[in-house]
Amino acid sequence: MPAGTLYRGREGMWSWVAHRVTGVLIFFFLFVHVLDTSLVRVSPEAYDDVVATYKNPVVNLMEYGLVAAILFHALNGLRVIAVDFWSKGARYQRQMLWGVVGVWVVLMAGAFYPVLQHTLRELFGS
Amino acid sequence: MSAETTTPATDAVSAYDVDHPAPVIEPPRARTRKTPRATRTNFEMYGWLFMRLSGVLLVVLVLGHLLIQLVLDGGVTKIGFAFVAGRWASPFWQAWDLIMLWLATLHGANGLRTIINDYAERDNTRLWLKALLYTAAGFTIVLGTLVIFTFDPNIR
Repeated sequence: MPAGTLYRGREGMWSWVAHRVTGVLIFFFLFVHVLDTSLVRVSPEAYDDVVATYKNPVVNLMEYGLVAAILFHALNGLRVIAVDFWSKGARYQRQMLWGVVGVWVVLMAGAFYPVLQHTLRELFGS
Repeated sequence: MSAETTTPATDAVSAYDVDHPAPVIEPPRARTRKTPRATRTNFEMYGWLFMRLSGVLLVVLVLGHLLIQLVLDGGVTKIGFAFVAGRWASPFWQAWDLIMLWLATLHGANGLRTIINDYAERDNTRLWLKALLYTAAGFTIVLGTLVIFTFDPNIR
């Protein structure tokens, strides 16, 4: 068992795990998303039919989850770049992670109504 | 650990500090004249650099895309064939989507390649998973590029 490190089981390790998990999820969505968009080459009806799926309340909620994954991956990716290229990056990696989490919470709160408005209007009327 | 005798850099207490949060990892092998040609390039370094450069561009491209598609003007409600036709009437948004498609697919494919290398221990498993990955990524790039370039708003 290695001596206690500043990495294992701590912010550095868990942000790395979250970066991997969100990255894989986003890649799989990208594949599906290119497939559904390619239906514009079949017919307007075929495309509008598949987009109707995205307007289903459950799928709409998954879009909010997708936004959550992308925002974390984007913000933490900028933190990884800072750790690699900024001379004090490693020293402040923990503080930067809490900065990432803070900005993520604010942006997720701001995105709540705009992203879910289709479902909210459907469920609770306009 | 017996490794202490061969890796003096890691057994000092000062091996970890705030500027070096992870243990120092010795290079697994030195590059010599006997090194196989296939591993003598800087491919992994360029891959590492590409992830950072494409990452910065993708932050702008993808967050802009999400803002337009899912946040502004009623969120997902407005999306349909007519909305796509309106946006792809502009070369600017065609170029935006094309660059985003290429960068996101290559960035994601390289990320998954790293993950496969990390977790698939058998040579054959790695080979087949990567074959599947490269097929899927190539298909995504070719299909997406064709759709952007051949889009016809008057298909009906």
